[in-house]
Amino acid sequence: MDFLRPTTWADALAAKAERPEATPIQGGTDVMVEINLDKGRPAALLDLNPVAELRDWSSEDGWLRIGAGVSYTRLIDELGDRLPGLAQASRTVGSPQIRNRGTVAGNLGAASPAGDSHPPLLASDALVEAESVRGSRLIPIGEFYLGVKRNALEPDELIRAVRVPYADGPQYFSKIGTRNAMVIAVCSFAVALHPSRRGVGTGIGSAAPTPRRAPEAEEFLAGELDWDGRTAVPDETARRFGELVARAASPIDDVRGTRDYRVHALAVMARRTLGWAWTEYRGI
Amino acid sequence: MSIATGQVQGVGQSLLRPDGTLKVTGEFAYSSDLWLDGMLWGATLRSPHPSAWIRSIDVGPALAMPGVFAVLTHQDVPGVKFYGLEHKDQPVLAIDQVRYQGEPVALVAADHPETARRAADAIVVGYELREAVTDPRQAAFDPACPQVNPHGNVVRHQPVRVGDRFTADVVVTAEYEVGMQDQAFLGPESGLAVPAEDGGVDLYVATQWLHVDQDQVAPCLGLPKEKVRLTLAGVGGAFGAREDLSMQIHASMLALRTGKPIKIVYGREESFFGHVHRHPAWMRYEHGATADGMLVYVRAEIVLDGGAYTSSSPAVVGNAASLGVGPYEVDNVWIDAYGTYTNNPPCGAMRGFGAVQACFAYESQMDRLAEACGLSPVEIRIRNAVSQGSRLATGQVVDTPAPLAGMLRELAAMPLPGPGSTDLRALPGGVAQTTHGEGVRRGIGYGVGIKNICFSEGFDDYSTARVRVELLGGEPHVLVHTAAAEVGQGLIMVKSQIARTELGIDRVTIVPADTTVGSAGSSSASRQSYVTGGAVKAACEAVRERLDKLRAGGASLAEVLAAGPVEETREYRHRPTFPMDPVTGQGDSHTQLALCVHRAVVDVDVELGLVKVVELAAVQDVGRIMNPLALEGQIHGGTAQGLGLALMEEIQVRDGKVLNPSFTDYLIPTILDMPPMRLSILENPDPHAPYGLRGAGEPPTLSSTPAIAAAVRNATGLALARVPIRPDDIALAGSALAG
Amino acid sequence: MADIRMRVNGSIEKLDVEPRVSLLDALREHLGLTGTKKGCDQGACGACTVLADGERIVSCLALAVQYADRDITTIEGVTSPLQRSFVRHDGFQCGYCTSGQICSAVGMLTEHAAGAPSAVTGDLATMEIELTAEEIRERMSGNLCRCGAYNGIVAAIEEGIR
Repeated sequence: MDFLRPTTWADALAAKAERPEATPIQGGTDVMVEINLDKGRPAALLDLNPVAELRDWSSEDGWLRIGAGVSYTRLIDELGDRLPGLAQASRTVGSPQIRNRGTVAGNLGAASPAGDSHPPLLASDALVEAESVRGSRLIPIGEFYLGVKRNALEPDELIRAVRVPYADGPQYFSKIGTRNAMVIAVCSFAVALHPSRRGVGTGIGSAAPTPRRAPEAEEFLAGELDWDGRTAVPDETARRFGELVARAASPIDDVRGTRDYRVHALAVMARRTLGWAWTEYRGI
Repeated sequence: MSIATGQVQGVGQSLLRPDGTLKVTGEFAYSSDLWLDGMLWGATLRSPHPSAWIRSIDVGPALAMPGVFAVLTHQDVPGVKFYGLEHKDQPVLAIDQVRYQGEPVALVAADHPETARRAADAIVVGYELREAVTDPRQAAFDPACPQVNPHGNVVRHQPVRVGDRFTADVVVTAEYEVGMQDQAFLGPESGLAVPAEDGGVDLYVATQWLHVDQDQVAPCLGLPKEKVRLTLAGVGGAFGAREDLSMQIHASMLALRTGKPIKIVYGREESFFGHVHRHPAWMRYEHGATADGMLVYVRAEIVLDGGAYTSSSPAVVGNAASLGVGPYEVDNVWIDAYGTYTNNPPCGAMRGFGAVQACFAYESQMDRLAEACGLSPVEIRIRNAVSQGSRLATGQVVDTPAPLAGMLRELAAMPLPGPGSTDLRALPGGVAQTTHGEGVRRGIGYGVGIKNICFSEGFDDYSTARVRVELLGGEPHVLVHTAAAEVGQGLIMVKSQIARTELGIDRVTIVPADTTVGSAGSSSASRQSYVTGGAVKAACEAVRERLDKLRAGGASLAEVLAAGPVEETREYRHRPTFPMDPVTGQGDSHTQLALCVHRAVVDVDVELGLVKVVELAAVQDVGRIMNPLALEGQIHGGTAQGLGLALMEEIQVRDGKVLNPSFTDYLIPTILDMPPMRLSILENPDPHAPYGLRGAGEPPTLSSTPAIAAAVRNATGLALARVPIRPDDIALAGSALAG
Repeated sequence: MADIRMRVNGSIEKLDVEPRVSLLDALREHLGLTGTKKGCDQGACGACTVLADGERIVSCLALAVQYADRDITTIEGVTSPLQRSFVRHDGFQCGYCTSGQICSAVGMLTEHAAGAPSAVTGDLATMEIELTAEEIRERMSGNLCRCGAYNGIVAAIEEGIR
C-alpha cells in the first residue's frame, strides 16, 4: 500500500489524477475502520492532512465554505450559530475523540447511508465542491449520493469543501440510537425552514440505500405553513408531514433496527422537529 | 507516583487497590501486553458455518507463505483431542465436522500477526453444509430433530417437584424470553505460551481459574500436569467469559511445535466467537396465589440454549431450577429446567449464572400478580418474602439471616429523584435530540434477586493459601500466595486486608497467582472473598499460632523471625453442598444465598421506545463489608450489566450465525446510560462464612434487570416479556400510547 | 515502509512502519508502549485514546504515518492529579479502559478550559459550561467501561478538577 502525502492542494489534485484508485484520508475515522477490519485494502492512501488550505472555512454571500479538513469539533464550536442543523448532527457523530478528527467531507466521501451529516446537508441544499486537475464543480447535495457507499465524485476528483448556506430559518436534527451516546444511527432526520423562499428542507438518514430528501413532504408542508401569520401548525398537518416523510424512506430490517420501526420513528421525528422549528419561527 | 495507605488497613476499610497505581500509569501488564524477543504470533482459522462436515483441509497454501512457521489441525493435537469444564466434549480443533460458527479448525504460527491471519485465511477447508439446529425447544423436544451432540440434545433436565396443589384463586401465566448476552470484557482473550527446556510449557494467560485450565490443557498436550505451568497475566475483565479455555491449548501446541514463544491475541470480532455467552432463555411461568396475594404455587418451564458444547450448562440449569421461584415462600412448585444443545454459539458462565434468566421471569410474574391482586409491587414481595427459617423450593432451609421484607421496606422508603428536566442530556435519546419532552413518561419498578454464592450441588469447592512471614530489611513482612485470579474485583485488596487484620502486620505483598501453589478455585460465583479469603484467613491463623508458640518465652517478633521465616499453607472449604435429586430437585444444593433488591426510575419516550434510566437504588445484604469502596464498585458494575441486559445487550443470532460481533452493534452501556446510584448495604453476618461475609458481585446483576423492565412497563403500560427491551417493543406496541 | 519521526511523551522516536499501521499498533508494537490498549480497533470503545498535540483522539483510527512530526502523549507520559483520584475513587476495576479514560479526561479538561462547547442543550455556542456530573458524563461518553465503574469515574474527575 502506497502512502501519498501532498502538502498543497495542487499536489493533492495531481496525485489523485495520477493515482485515481488512491483513497483520500482526512481524519481517518472511516477509512481506518475498513483497513483495520481488513474489509478493504486500498492500493494507495492519499493523506490530505498536510494540505493547509483544507483546514480553513470562509464565509461569502451568505454561504459558508467549509474546507474538507475542518473537524466536527471545530464545526460545532465555530459555525454552530450559523449552521445549527449541521452542528446538531455533528455533535452526535461517534465520540468526542472521533469528532476531534472526523470531518463532514469524510462523511461525504464515505457516503454511508448512516452518516450523520447527510440529513442536514440535504435539508439546507448544500453543495459539494469537487475538484480535479480538470477543474472544479459544485455538485448539488441531492445529486451527490448514488448508492450505498457510492457518490458522484469522479475517480480523479477530491472534495475541496462543502458549501452550506447560512441558516435562514430554524433547523433541527434528530437521530435514533438504542443507547444514549456513541451510536450509529438507527435512522435520523433533519428539517430546515427557509422562510425567505417559503420553503422546507428535509433529510433522511439510515432509512434508504442513500441519504435522501422527502420532496413530497417538503412541498406539502411549505404550502400548509402560515408563513406570515405564524399561526400554530394544526396537528393534522404535522401528522401528515410525518407520514409523507416516512413514506419517502425505504428502510430495511437490519441488525440495528427493523423496517417498521424506522418508518414509525421517522414519522415521529419529522413531526417533532417540525414542532420545534415552527415554535422557534413563531418566536415563542 | 504512589498512594500512601496510612495506618494498618484491615478488613472493613477502603484499602485502595495495590495494583491501582500501575493501572493508572499504563504499567500494569495485561495478557495482551506480553512480549518476548523471538516470539511468534498465533492465529486461529474458524468455521464460517454453524453446521457442516469437513471433507478436506489443505494447509499447503498457508505453509508456503513466507514467515509461516507452523500450521496445525486436529491431527496435530498431541494428546487428548477434547476438553471441557464439565464434559470433555469440545474438540481442541474441529474433527471432521463443525457445530457452531466460529469453531476453531486450524492454527497458524508466523512471525507477524498479519502474516498469521493471512495464512489462516489461505487454508482451504472443504465444507459440506448441513442444516443447522437453531431452535432450542425443537432441539430438546422434537424427536425428529437431528442430534447436535451424540448424547442427545438435552444437556440436563432438572425438575423441581414440591406439593400437589396447583390451583388457586388468582392465576397469572406468561412466557418470557431473555436474549443472548455477552460478557464483552474490554481486554480480549490473549496470552503467551513459552516452550520450556523440560519439554513442557509455561503459559501466561488471563483466566478465571488457573488450575482448571491446567487440568484441561495438560492432557490435550499429552503432558503431565507439572509440565504445564500457568501464571496469571493481567486480566482485562472476565464476568464468566474466561472460565472456559480460549487460546490456552492452541498457543501451547504452536509453542511446542515451533520451539518458540507464541503470542495469541484475539481481535474484538474474534472475541465474540472466542468465548461462551449467557444462555438465552425461553420460559413459561404460571403463578397461583390467594386473592390477597399469598403464593400458592409456581409452575415453570425453563429452556436454556447451551449451543454446541456443554461448557457449564449443567450447573447453569441447576441454578435456574433451584432458584427458579426466587426468594419467595411457596409450598407447591413444579419446575422443569432444560439445557439444550444446538448449533448456536456455545453458552456458559456469565455473572449471575442461570439465576439471571429465571429472575427476570419470576420478578415479572410477581408484578403481574401484584396487579391481579390489586397490591403494590413492593407489598406483594413483602408478603411472600423468605426470611431466616424459610424453606426454598429445593427443600433447603434458609439458615442464615435473609431480611428481604425489611430490605424492600428500606428500598421503598428511599427518596425518589426529582422530576425530569428538558435538558437534552437528561432525556431519552440524549443529545441526539429525539425529544424535548414529548412522549416522555416516568416509570418506577422493583426487582428482587437471590443468588447462590460459591459452587453448589456437591462440588468440592476449596481454595488454597500459602502465607509466609519473614524479615525484610529488618521489618516483618507478609507474603500471601494463592492461585486466585484477580480479574478486577479487588481480591488482592481483600487478601491483603485479611493478612493485615489477622497478623497485625502492615507490610503485605500479594505474590502473583500461579500454579506453584494449590488451586484457589474459580473467580466466579461471587466466591473468592469467601473461599480464598477463608483460606488466607486460615493460613494466617496457622502462622500466628506458630509465631505465638515461638514467642511464648517472651521473644519479639523480629527475634523469632531472625531464625527464619514462618510459613503455612491451608486449604479452606465451605460447608458441603449436595446434589439436587434428579426427580424432585430436593437437596441442600447451595452453601450460601445472597439477596439484592433494586428500584429503577426511568424516563421512557413511549412513542420512540427510547429509555433513560434516571436512577437505580439498591439494598444488598453482604454479611460483612470487607472493603466499602470496592464493594460499591461491585454493586455498580453488576447493576450496569443488568441494565445492559434490560435495554440493549443482545448477540443477535440468525440461522446459527452471529449478526453483530462488534462494539458498534453489540451495545454496552456508556457513562450516559448508567445513572447515579443510591445504595444501602446491610451487614447481617452469615456465621458459616469468614468474617460473616456474603459474596457480592453477582446479586445486583440479577435484580437490576427486572427492576428496569418493570419501570419501563410502569411507564408504558406494556407487558414487555422479553429482554433486552427493544425500541420496537415499545414504539410499535400500539397507537394507544401516541400523544 | 516509511521512516518517520514522532515526539512521544517528550522524546523523539524514529519509526519504520508500513503505511497501513495504526498509531495504536505503532505505539504498542514498535515502541513497546503497551499502556495504550486495543479494545475494538474500530473507534467504538475509547480504550486507545491518546493525546495528539494535546487533543484526544482514538489511536486505532489514526495512521502512524499521518502523525509524523507530531507530539503524542500516551498514558505513560501523563502526569495528572486525575490518576490519583481514579485510584482514590475506584474509577476502574479491571483497569483495561483506564489508560483511555485518563487520557480522555485530560483532553476533555483541556477542551473545556479552551471553551469548547459540548453537546449541551440549546445554544451550542454557549461559553461558560459548568463541569457538573451530567456534563462530565456527556464529555466522557466516548470511553466504555465494562466493569461499570462510571460513577467512580465521575467522582474521580469531579475531584480532579477541584
